Amino acid sequence: MREIAFRQALNEAMSEEMRTDKNIYLMGEEVAEYNGAYKVSKGMLDEFGPERVIDSPISELGFAGIAVGASMNGLRPIVEFMTWNFAILAADQIINHAAKMLQMSGGQFNCPIVFRGGNGTAGQLAATHSQSFEQMYSHIPGLKVITPSNPYDAKGLLKSAIRDNDPVLFMESEKMYGDKGEVPEEEYLIPIGKANIVKEGTDCTIVTFGKILKVAQAAAEEMEKEGHSIEVIDLRTIRPMDVESIVNSVKKTNRLVVVEESFPFGSISTEITYNVQKHAFDYLDAPVRRVTQSDTPFPFSPTLLEEAAPNVKNVIRAIKEVMYL
Amino acid sequence: MAAKTKYSKKTYIDWYKMMLLARRFEEKCGHLYVQQKFGGFCHLYIGQEAILAGLMSGIEKDDKVVSAYRCHVQPMALGTDPKRIMAELYGKTTGVVKGKGGSMHMFDKEVGYFGGHGIVGGQIGLGAGIGFAEKYKGTKNVCLCFMGDGATRQGMLHEVFNMSMLWKIPTIFIVENNRYSMGTSVERTTNVHDLSKLGLSYDMPSETVDGMDPEAVTDAFKKWAKHCRAGKGPVLLNVETYRYKGHSMSDPQKYRTKDEVEKMKKEDPIEQVLSIIRKNKFMTEKQIEQVEADVKQEVAECVKFAEDSPLPNAETDLHEDVYTQEDYPFIIE
Repeated sequence: MREIAFRQALNEAMSEEMRTDKNIYLMGEEVAEYNGAYKVSKGMLDEFGPERVIDSPISELGFAGIAVGASMNGLRPIVEFMTWNFAILAADQIINHAAKMLQMSGGQFNCPIVFRGGNGTAGQLAATHSQSFEQMYSHIPGLKVITPSNPYDAKGLLKSAIRDNDPVLFMESEKMYGDKGEVPEEEYLIPIGKANIVKEGTDCTIVTFGKILKVAQAAAEEMEKEGHSIEVIDLRTIRPMDVESIVNSVKKTNRLVVVEESFPFGSISTEITYNVQKHAFDYLDAPVRRVTQSDTPFPFSPTLLEEAAPNVKNVIRAIKEVMYL
Repeated sequence: MAAKTKYSKKTYIDWYKMMLLARRFEEKCGHLYVQQKFGGFCHLYIGQEAILAGLMSGIEKDDKVVSAYRCHVQPMALGTDPKRIMAELYGKTTGVVKGKGGSMHMFDKEVGYFGGHGIVGGQIGLGAGIGFAEKYKGTKNVCLCFMGDGATRQGMLHEVFNMSMLWKIPTIFIVENNRYSMGTSVERTTNVHDLSKLGLSYDMPSETVDGMDPEAVTDAFKKWAKHCRAGKGPVLLNVETYRYKGHSMSDPQKYRTKDEVEKMKKEDPIEQVLSIIRKNKFMTEKQIEQVEADVKQEVAECVKFAEDSPLPNAETDLHEDVYTQEDYPFIIE
């Protein structure tokens, strides 16, 4: 099967959907003439023209508002944020408007929008450019939140997100755009709300999502070398969460480590842990552990940065703790 | 024989009926709120009714309207049944948004009313987006985007004014300038007291309109809707109006004098229309009295309808309309 980069998978998803529905447009900073700050939209201006691939000024709140209004009036916008860190400026439109429009209008106005962009750490970019936002937006009823971990998932999930009639937040990573992976030529969709069991195992479950899946997989491989069987689950969609897959796995392995990039307080691991204690309390052989970003603004210096982000060493330590090794 | 009037006899009579209905409806809302017949916030439109004439006669059927939270009576001017507005205030299933939104969130897609929004200035972005969609689809429709003078202080306004001019979005941004954002006068929020100047940085055509005069409001809406339809982009109208009542129902109004309120009441928009009707003998005194009686009756019917309507069912309606996805797996503890 052919291999393409993550950014190309996203590009194909958007382009294929835009070919079939002229009400879809892409707007964001540098998406058109610059071909995308991270080249995700390369070539799309040439194919779809300036009416549908639109460079915006640096006005996140404003162009998010325009997208919400346009979606109420029959269009299906894709909004690219250069990163989700900048989308904080647009949070009022996402949280107070897009998420609530259908309910507040008694079912009259839905907002079929995809908000997408880079999320999480991306090297030495320091505190304001290194945050993950799944937990902030998953908190909000009315939204759906997706964080893909590889090109295949990215394409299939983004196509589903674009076709979805509710607002979907799609969280990528600057560090993943160059990742290559197998993506078939023929069309496929991946359903929203279903986790992927990346690797089956019997001794311990790791639940994770997004680019940090690689760290979890590396840790699992190390543990396999020592003769332990680790199950790795990629959530794919954060909201709605596939609790059933997590609980079924924990019932089998009796141990759980959650690995995520966000800060620890009130994070996705918190929600997962709540569900596991609720649905699989008697199956747990050890307290659930998590590996997250440190409870600090993300630092710049490499020595600090390495300790602040989830790494293989920390994940192995957590696995060993839940396995009493 | 009176001088020829600007609009037809029917127009003035329709305006009078709608404006009086809006006035009496809002007065009733105020009474019902004090009697605790319904809760939430309650922002009344009393004094600002000239704008309703513009909505009735200044725009076309397929044009779109979006507004802030002083939104009980605007949709009525576009054709929404007042009964459904009253029922919404009561939180009933027969309300315009089925009891999900209340006073600040009236929506009626049928008449092109895109809400009723509670976050000050949030709807400025929506109004640009609604207009953007019309241009994208190649229609000649315009969007009227209402905001209060307080909302002009939000950063959203500047981002959206800039993009709307850049992309020639067919939206008329209308400041319903009633001089006070809650209790803070325009003069206490800005160095630039003439709000029509807010468009200048973006070369946006701007105009101040006498918002107590139904003819002036209608003229302005017509004129600038034509401008938008011609593809010339957005407009800012600073419609100088006045609310006779407090910002909401819990406002002691210590920030202004009774004299100021009484002076503005002398420019009352309903009286202005009535004066034209009388001067031109469009209605007899008996007919005018009949309108008052009919309106009173209609408002009473609205209250009866609202009170007789069923409340939502917590079991079946709570999770309805949160997602379009029918089998969305809600977290239910």
